[in-house]
Amino acid sequence: MKLPIYMDSHATTPCDPRVVEAMLPTFTQHFGNAASRNHSYGWEAEALVEKGREQIAALVNCSPKEIVFTSGATESDNLAIKGIAHMFADKGRHIITSVIEHKAVLDSCKRLEKEGFRVTWLPVGKDGLVKTSDVENAIEDDTILVTIMLANNEIGTLNPVGEIGHLCKAKGIFFHCDAVQGLAYEPVDVQEMGIDLLSISAHKMYGPKGIGALYVRRRNPRVRLDPIIDGGGHERGMRSGTLNVPGIVGLGKAAEIVLAERESDAARLRALRDHLRQRLTTELTDVTVNGSLEHRLPNNLNVSFAYVEGESMLMGIKDVAVSSGSACTSASLEPSYVLKALGVHDELAHSSIRFGLHRFTTREEVDYVADLMVRTVRRLREMSPLKEMADEGIDLKKVEWSKH
Amino acid sequence: MVYSDKILDHYNNPRNVGSLPKNDPNVGTGIVGAPECGDVMKLQVMVNEETGVIEDAKFKTFGCGSAIASSSLATEWLKGRTLEEAMRIKNTDIVNELSLPPIKIHCSVLAEDAIKAAINDYQKKREEIVHGNGKGAGKPVAAGPDLASKSS
Ligand SMILES: Cc1ncc(COP(=O)(O)O)c(C=O)c1O
Ligand code: FES
Repeated sequence: MKLPIYMDSHATTPCDPRVVEAMLPTFTQHFGNAASRNHSYGWEAEALVEKGREQIAALVNCSPKEIVFTSGATESDNLAIKGIAHMFADKGRHIITSVIEHKAVLDSCKRLEKEGFRVTWLPVGKDGLVKTSDVENAIEDDTILVTIMLANNEIGTLNPVGEIGHLCKAKGIFFHCDAVQGLAYEPVDVQEMGIDLLSISAHKMYGPKGIGALYVRRRNPRVRLDPIIDGGGHERGMRSGTLNVPGIVGLGKAAEIVLAERESDAARLRALRDHLRQRLTTELTDVTVNGSLEHRLPNNLNVSFAYVEGESMLMGIKDVAVSSGSACTSASLEPSYVLKALGVHDELAHSSIRFGLHRFTTREEVDYVADLMVRTVRRLREMSPLKEMADEGIDLKKVEWSKH
Repeated sequence: MVYSDKILDHYNNPRNVGSLPKNDPNVGTGIVGAPECGDVMKLQVMVNEETGVIEDAKFKTFGCGSAIASSSLATEWLKGRTLEEAMRIKNTDIVNELSLPPIKIHCSVLAEDAIKAAINDYQKKREEIVHGNGKGAGKPVAAGPDLASKSS
């Protein structure tokens, strides 16, 4: 077993060796510019790009023509949200999103708010899920866009995007979905789910960093976007810039593998994740899972270990790469906004750890992590004043703390 | 975050973890911080009433590794010092000793606050004994010895 063990797959995934192998010839052999029309280097590169487009289109059930390549999902989210808003500002100036979206969505919406658009920020329940009825109730006469993520990057909860998509279709409102975290594990069909725009990132699905895509619907309705980047008019004018051929080949290969292996991968990861959860919750007391277990990515486990602070846990399990919602681990010294939105008490947000299993996670690794976690939490609880007070029967919520 | 060897040493081998009897008249208890902020430190001193020397010190900390290391170091420094000497321990001394990065300075401030709170608590107890008015009444606060009303 190789240390440290990587369990932070929501941050990024390792590249699948098959993806790397597919990419290699694009650096020294097939290095042409896909926009070069006059020689075989260009034609070869273009063929590779078109193959990548087809592979991604097959994964989400759309036409290859509807795929726009970007530098990653941050760009895809920006392009979808600002692109729709700026193109359809005459039609309406209201946007609906949720408070647990990725920053790329939240901050794009915030910028539009500054420009005079109105944004409804939907709350989520304790389960971390957006309710379709809340979306419906938030719709106004001039709503032009609903943007809701498929799977949350911290707690792995899965929103009812199919339901929301159908609602938007019925109301004639564009629906954008950030599917970054879900694509490797959940089936996504943009036709069936009524999705008009879909953000994709390669490095969360065993592909390389710095390449992503945006699905942009061409029929029923045709979606037009105001581009953010101007230039040579690549990608139907929606995204200028020389295409990242190695990245596109990698993203395409990653999508092809996901399509072939998603189901078995997901089943295997679900069993491993449940094993980890089982061990943590039976061997330790006061462990709570944050967000719905039922509507959740198979590879995600986000748990709070009461009475111990996240960063001190990370220090104790330094052979394991995971992340925490604790303020002490963040540059802003603010605990996770996602956990806060769930109504998780700040104190439990500080005590949270996010485990992200991935395609190459083994059972041996899971057991190693569980052993280490149990030992570390027990040790830290022995030095926790909160645990001691709780054991003495003191209600921590009633204590008048000296805040600083 | 990259930690200094000294932080790692205190984190892995914390000195003086534990509790002293908080109702003992020679024990002062300081609890600072708040769970919502992600850090709570409990620091206790046992004082020789004749010499004014701290004979024992214990801590328990909920917080990051730097907070644990700061309080562990504080207990090490407190033992054998007089109350006056102890009151002169500054958070910057802790920062220097542990090489705390700027973002972790507040963990050392918390340790300094905990030292002061523990000594103040001890001194308040002594005054109450001298003035013979027994146990202090009033609202329980975390900085004092009677932490809170027990939940029923
Ligand atoms: C839900 C979600 N959206 C968008 C992004 C941004 O993707 P990228 O790193 O490709 O810009 C991430 C990655 O952190 C994510 O988890
Ligand atoms: S206790 Fe939060 S940074 Fe030290």
